[in-house]
Amino acid sequence: MQTQPDGLIAELQAKNPKAFERIYDRYSESTFGVINSVLKDKHLAEEVLQDVFVKIWNNAESYNSSKGRFFTWVLNIARNAAIDKTRSKAYKNKQKNLKAEYFVDIIEEKNSFSNKIDAIGIQKYINVLKPYCKKIINLLYFQGFTQAEASEELEMPLGTLKTRNRNCMNKLREILTN
Amino acid sequence: MDLEQYISSGVLELYVYGALTEEESIKVSTELKKHPEILKEVEEIENALTQLSIAAAPYNPETLLLNIQQRITNSNTSKVIEHPAKSKKSNLVLYISWAASIALLIGLISVINQRNELRENINTISATNIELEEQINIAKNDAEKTKQLLEVFRDKDIITVPLDGQQVAPEAYAAIHWDSKTNQVYVDAKELPTPPEGKEYQVWSLTLEPLTPTSIGLLSNFSEDENKIFILENPNSSQAFGITLEPKGGSESPTMEQLYTLGVITAS
Repeated sequence: MQTQPDGLIAELQAKNPKAFERIYDRYSESTFGVINSVLKDKHLAEEVLQDVFVKIWNNAESYNSSKGRFFTWVLNIARNAAIDKTRSKAYKNKQKNLKAEYFVDIIEEKNSFSNKIDAIGIQKYINVLKPYCKKIINLLYFQGFTQAEASEELEMPLGTLKTRNRNCMNKLREILTN
Repeated sequence: MDLEQYISSGVLELYVYGALTEEESIKVSTELKKHPEILKEVEEIENALTQLSIAAAPYNPETLLLNIQQRITNSNTSKVIEHPAKSKKSNLVLYISWAASIALLIGLISVINQRNELRENINTISATNIELEEQINIAKNDAEKTKQLLEVFRDKDIITVPLDGQQVAPEAYAAIHWDSKTNQVYVDAKELPTPPEGKEYQVWSLTLEPLTPTSIGLLSNFSEDENKIFILENPNSSQAFGITLEPKGGSESPTMEQLYTLGVITAS
């Protein structure tokens, strides 16, 4: 169970390069996953990940814990950078060969996992995850849709969306903690 | 506040997603700091999402850190070098530096050339100066001589004898100023024709009864002497003076056929 490393974040904001290294160690792989889920392209995702962490270093002082989580702050930078990349010519050229629709496809197709997570567990979970869960988590988390946008996209009332999302996340946590 | 209900509402998941409005987010952040149960729930959601995201990552991007660190240190320590616009500027600076160097070099070369030219001019001018100084010295000497001559002519002890042209050169004329005190004779030969090659004028002191010529000297370097005044010694008690043209070096006795001028001293 990891908690938000507030001391480390303060050090990062004070431009401590060592703190940056540890922040990178802590957040880079998940951020890479988010970017890759948006772009579905390893090379473009590598480019964007580097841009994102340069931004994290340069704009660290703009993070304010009274507005939200550091996790969310990093997530927003990553999603925005990845979505910006989808508007680039390089991305549009590669789109033709795309197969993966959601993060689930990426996870299912992936055959090498880092030792940080239980690969078998997650693939097993993804397989039993309800289709609407895959869609909701994809839109709200990976694609960064607002509640209203996701509600419209999935033709689902706001209340239902919120409850179902909660249930989907509970299921995910259940599998991961086991 | 019913914490359980708050947690189960699903607002915390949306909070972590960043799907709430800024106001809603600030509200959750405040609650989270007040209630450890909420914080715990948020962190569990975060952990689950982290693991899910890691599962979607192509690989662990540890190797990309070095690139990022290089970009960060470059942007921190030497923005001038890294920034494309600025590196263009530094190229421009480089070009300007080269251009300035070349301009300086050209300037230096032209200065050196001018210096050499000036030095040559100075050399020429100092040579001219030396020449002028010599001329001034000559002029000074001439003036000195002229002054001396004038003094001679004014001296009442000077006997002036005009020598008129004779048969071979009727147009010839000379004058002799004889200082009997110093025994010096000033021969003014301005009106004598230039002697031909290999010949020289010889001046004779004469006594008349009987006619006895005594050489008192040659008018050597006649053509080179500008004022044509020659100073000779005359210790004789002369009664007349004559000038003959003789072979170079003079003769023992005058060649009377070549007597150019002759003048007799009149008793004053």
